[in-house]
Amino acid sequence: MTAQSNTSPLLAVRDLSICFDTRHGPLRAVDGITFDLAPGEILGMVGESGAGKSLTGTAITGLLERPGRIDRGEIRFEGQRIDNLPAEAMRRLRGRKIGAIFQDPLTSLNPLMTVGQQLIQTIRTHMNLSREAARRRAIEFLSEVGIPAPDARIDQYPHQFSGGMRQRVVIALALCAEPSLVIADEPTTALDVSIQAQILDLLKRMCREHGAAVILVTHDMGVIAETADRVAVMYSGRVVEIGPVEKVVRAPHHPYTKGLMQSIPRIGSNAERLTQIDGAMPRLTDLPEGCAFHPRCPRAFDACRAAKPAPVPVEGGAVACHLYQGEPA
Amino acid sequence: MTVASTSSTSASPSASPATSASGESLLSLRGLSKTFDLSPPLLNRMIERKGKSFLRAVDGLDIDIPRGTTFSLVGESGCGKSTVAKLVVGLHAATRGKIRFDGTDLTGLHASARGAYRQRIQMIFQDPYASLNPRWRVRDIIAEPLRSFSITSGRAEEQREVGRLLEMVGLSAQDGDKFPHQFSGGQRQRISIARAISSKPDFLVCDEPTSALDVSVQSQVLNLMRDLQAELGLTYLFISHDLAVVDFMSDYVGVMYLGRLVEAGPAQRIFEAPEHPYTRLLMDTVPDITMARRDRVPVTGEVPNPITPPPGCSFNPRCPLASDICRAQSPELVAREGGTRVACHAVTGADGSSGRPAGAAHSPGARARGVA
Amino acid sequence: MALEVYPQSRIAAILKSDIFYRFRTSYVTVAAAIVTLCIVMAALLAPWIAPHDPFDVSTLSLWDSELPPVWMEGGDPRFLLGTDNQGRDVLSAILYGSRISLAVGFVSVALAMVIGIVVGLVSGYFGGMVDAFFMRIADVMLSFPTILVALLVSGIARGALPREMHDSAALIVLVFAITVTTWVQYARTVRSSTMVERGREYVFAAQLVGRRPLAILFRHILPNVMGPVLVIATINLAMAILIEATLSFLGVGMPPTNPSLGTLIRIGNEYLFSGIWWVVIFPSLTLVALVLAVNLLGDWLRDALNPKLR
Repeated sequence: MTAQSNTSPLLAVRDLSICFDTRHGPLRAVDGITFDLAPGEILGMVGESGAGKSLTGTAITGLLERPGRIDRGEIRFEGQRIDNLPAEAMRRLRGRKIGAIFQDPLTSLNPLMTVGQQLIQTIRTHMNLSREAARRRAIEFLSEVGIPAPDARIDQYPHQFSGGMRQRVVIALALCAEPSLVIADEPTTALDVSIQAQILDLLKRMCREHGAAVILVTHDMGVIAETADRVAVMYSGRVVEIGPVEKVVRAPHHPYTKGLMQSIPRIGSNAERLTQIDGAMPRLTDLPEGCAFHPRCPRAFDACRAAKPAPVPVEGGAVACHLYQGEPA
Repeated sequence: MTVASTSSTSASPSASPATSASGESLLSLRGLSKTFDLSPPLLNRMIERKGKSFLRAVDGLDIDIPRGTTFSLVGESGCGKSTVAKLVVGLHAATRGKIRFDGTDLTGLHASARGAYRQRIQMIFQDPYASLNPRWRVRDIIAEPLRSFSITSGRAEEQREVGRLLEMVGLSAQDGDKFPHQFSGGQRQRISIARAISSKPDFLVCDEPTSALDVSVQSQVLNLMRDLQAELGLTYLFISHDLAVVDFMSDYVGVMYLGRLVEAGPAQRIFEAPEHPYTRLLMDTVPDITMARRDRVPVTGEVPNPITPPPGCSFNPRCPLASDICRAQSPELVAREGGTRVACHAVTGADGSSGRPAGAAHSPGARARGVA
Repeated sequence: MALEVYPQSRIAAILKSDIFYRFRTSYVTVAAAIVTLCIVMAALLAPWIAPHDPFDVSTLSLWDSELPPVWMEGGDPRFLLGTDNQGRDVLSAILYGSRISLAVGFVSVALAMVIGIVVGLVSGYFGGMVDAFFMRIADVMLSFPTILVALLVSGIARGALPREMHDSAALIVLVFAITVTTWVQYARTVRSSTMVERGREYVFAAQLVGRRPLAILFRHILPNVMGPVLVIATINLAMAILIEATLSFLGVGMPPTNPSLGTLIRIGNEYLFSGIWWVVIFPSLTLVALVLAVNLLGDWLRDALNPKLR
């Protein structure tokens, strides 16, 4: 599904499916998604709530909890399968190689430990450093993420930081063991607009400087447009379109992406009405036959009601839509 | 911050953008203020030797909203915009100032006399999951205002009206039998809107009505709100942090920072030529999906603690234009060209109109400038 | 107004609900429900199904005294679980005794629940002085052990009432003692839930259309805070039965002329070492089974109503 085959990917997700076992039988929340992530690349995953974007991120970090489980497909990280690793091996990998940033900074920080203790602990767990060296490194990181007076603030507790500062600490914590992949799940959703831009900028700069690739999970197309290199658009558990950001944003192929882009209000457009996609994303319990988007799709035809469309390559990316089946790539 | 409150209370309505437009104001706020007492109990204060602490959530707000238009309040969390919403609908009592609705001052009204105005001022809430009682059926939720204001007589008429309202917001009459959890976020917001318009109000306060919704659903709800405004002649006070949404919805915009209006005026004018540095900062932070400004430098700093705001203009620590006067004296709203008002020493001082706040000047000159 | 009955859909909804599903799939819970139901039914129907009337002195015969259960040597088929020293049928005594125990449990729980809910709703919604007043009372109540209060109430009642009224007033005294010490739990739970619900937007919406505080409290907030109350009520039912048994065992509860399970255990206890163990063991087993079953039901209800575990 990706066009980048020249370098070996850092992360390769193949036909990943995530299932929830309920008393009504299994519910498929993520349904056969496939993508690659190159080293240092920022991949945005965008979609409505319930589209499966956060679950995908959770599955990659190995934090998927019962009743959710991976029921098909595989996740390869640096060539090694990680979807079936034992919990302990996954835990080590998660701290060392894969970092995580969540929406609410308070859930990623331990309120009973100072910021410094948490940073030093993470650094020392994954790197062979003395206590003093680890502390120096922690201070360096705090100053790198833009925390003023880091040598004083390192001994403060998370509640003594403001929301934006806390998210900076979380970014430092996610990157201090020099991971090669960071999963950022809605990292700016809980923040004010003026802070949001700062944090996105910081995330971008830190990952570039430390050579980490990022999977940026968000519902906000604006965040993707400003930050990501490539974007995967998810709908009802499937990737409907994937490609370079500027292509997907400027010239989307899938009718859902088109509708989504048009429905975002823009300053100065002076529109009388916004373009809207009627209806809502179907619940997992009553997914329609065929393409999950067809009940809302203005261009749906017979094939859409009959079968799920397979991804078709289009300029630098791929789109899963019957409209493009059979067209030359 | 304290210096300003007295003079802004006396602000003349003539300088406001609303009166310069045609038609009378349905809602006018004059020097509206709300202070929350956040002091610990007396005993704790004595033991810890701390003084009382107050939060000025809203400080001397002057706003006019003409009938049939939308006035939006924009700002970051903690700027007081939601407090204004609660003051207008009467969920909070104002500490100072007046809320004049259709010519009557609501702040002076006794609770019993307020009843008639309750029916005319309704609200749409932010969280579609918390705003509908999970134990009630949708038809009872929508019928509650009908029963409370005795709008319908008899059960059959009530059910007909509920069905009509549901269809008006794009749901079906049969949906009344269901419970809220059987609906998606967007559908719940439609139910919330149906409830708000069931008492046939002429004024709706909308507190971030789409911020919890997905984009494709947000546009449905915004379109619905505009359709209803045209159909029912509604006037909206629209609260949001999303500038693009505000631009789509509004005729007038007020930008709030730490409880005060820093810039207000016709929406088009403010979006085309924002003057206050904070308004400009907000405009800059809007993520740009056309990707024209990918590598812009973001603004630094965060909103200060509202309990201990900085002296002078509360925006001065983050302001690129801040000078000594900004750290010493809080700026007044000054009428500008194009019907806007701006509270900024740097902006209003430059062209010689400094020191003549819109509120303090009752001269015809101020009026002329406001209308121009 | 929202609580109208829509019969068909309501039963269907219950059968489809998560709570019922959790019930159906947990064997322990189903067993507990069956045990509880059996004991409750047996107690309710005691006058009709009991083989003897243990309180009718005329039918008692000392010839029948201290007979062992029927499966032992010397057992009499008329007395399934044997007889006590006065020739009373142990099974019948248990059936009637459960009746008293359950009555005390249900009535005191119902009373405590009503008081607790009203106090909790009012405190949580209005806050301020009202809240401070009720919660200080609650604090004081919580600092007394239940048994101590019950002994105190019972002692005062005994002192204040003439001797011939002691036995007839015992039931009321017990219910009062248990209610006084347990309403606080409901009040605290309801208060904290109410404080959360009070800030929810559906409550604002009701205030905006001018609903009176009482209507908001009982129509809007109460249905949303009932979950935890039901859990406490179930667990407290078991506790109330135990407190009653304890008080009766200590001799300040139900009199021997109208014995509850606790009284039966006290009476039987005196004969335990003389070899007629069945007089104390069977009432004890009934009490244990009942309390355990009700507690298990409470655990199930707590898990089923906890949204975090769903």
